[in-house]
Amino acid sequence: MHEFTEAFRLAFALVLAGDADLIEIVGLSLRVSLTAIAVACFIGLPLGAWLAIARFKGRGAVLVVVNALMGLPPVVVGLLVYLSLSRAGPLGSFGLLYTPTAMIIAQTILIAPIIAALSRQVIEDLHAEYDEQFRSMGLSRREAIAALLWDGRTALITVALAGFGRAIAEVGAVIIVGGNIDHLTRVMTTAIALETSKGDLPLALALGLILLVIALTVNALAMSLRRKSHSFAHG
Amino acid sequence: MADPIRTAALTLNAGGEDRIRALDLTLSATGTTVIMGPNGAGKSLLLRLLHRLIAPTSGTIHSTGRQAMVFQRPVMLRRSVEANLLFALRRGPYAQDAANKCREVLTGIGLNTRAKQPARSLSGGEQQRLALARALSLGPEILFLDEPTASLDPTATLAIEKTVQRAADANTKIILVTHDQGQARRLADEIIFLHNGQLCEHTLAAEFFDAPTSPQARAYLAGQLVL
Repeated sequence: MHEFTEAFRLAFALVLAGDADLIEIVGLSLRVSLTAIAVACFIGLPLGAWLAIARFKGRGAVLVVVNALMGLPPVVVGLLVYLSLSRAGPLGSFGLLYTPTAMIIAQTILIAPIIAALSRQVIEDLHAEYDEQFRSMGLSRREAIAALLWDGRTALITVALAGFGRAIAEVGAVIIVGGNIDHLTRVMTTAIALETSKGDLPLALALGLILLVIALTVNALAMSLRRKSHSFAHG
Repeated sequence: MADPIRTAALTLNAGGEDRIRALDLTLSATGTTVIMGPNGAGKSLLLRLLHRLIAPTSGTIHSTGRQAMVFQRPVMLRRSVEANLLFALRRGPYAQDAANKCREVLTGIGLNTRAKQPARSLSGGEQQRLALARALSLGPEILFLDEPTASLDPTATLAIEKTVQRAADANTKIILVTHDQGQARRLADEIIFLHNGQLCEHTLAAEFFDAPTSPQARAYLAGQLVL
């Protein structure tokens, strides 16, 4: 019990002292995950909106695949990205393996299907309400998608938040493609895994605490944005 | 001014049943045409066919000119009153001067003080006024209205009717579906009476109300159940 108390004390001390290693790891985690969520939203939101309003043969099968991709195992994604980026792989010439870019690619592949599948559902509901009005006004599909994404922004904030939650907490893929290299590709989750295996609980706990605080802060921020946006949209 | 709207053998089959049956119509290019009939007669379906929101099973529709439609339940975008109107203005003939036109229209419909409020916070009557102003902002030559005052009180109904009448006076062709005989008498130049998807009467409003020729229309106007 004393060891746990001591570990927590040291963890708080590290956080309060602004430990350089800690800040570097937290900074890289945020950079990787925020970039991945931005790229995933850029791909996933229009794709989800398009899937919501397009009608084509085989749409049902495509929806099943996109929904299934939400449950992609991170280690499998890590392995596939590793194989693609390794020297012998098709993208090996770019030299991206064991870089933050490789981690961003892996996280984007993991969360883009989540963004696409969840936004598809949100937009489909909204589209059912707006469809006749938009067709009456003669909107093109592209204009309709843009308007639906804007009007669905309240719910889409939650979708982006779900993607960010998955990205920031992810360890399996980033440890494979990033390699958990100190001062280069070490992020919070991989550092927690490493420090725990080494028995250095204070640093692992400090990182765990920061991860929790980030999760709470992002949630609070998103909820506040959502409330503001919701009250504006619905009165 | 748009050409007259013509349909030939216009038919819509839904769920194995003919909901609109071989309608041959020629509607004048101006004035107000009111479509009446009991529930299930096919009034709203005919309106949607004419506006091309749904495709007919067979037959043809000929119409030209810009069109807009106001629905029974106004569809308000999740935006401010002003943004709802600007959304339409930027797609119509007033796109170059949308901001000024927006202020002018909002003043005209009495919503200028509520421009920044969410459109969904407006009352039913206010939302329908905004929906009508939004439709007119598209500069339509043909305006379709599907029971626009069905759930409104007399004051709100009067405001809508005045705006519709002004649009008709400005040579916008109005095609209105309503159950309200009083409203039809006030606005209609001609009446289309449908029953079970079939055309029972297509005549001038005065003639329709004075001497309806079909037994279904007579029963309907007498307030009897039309089965």
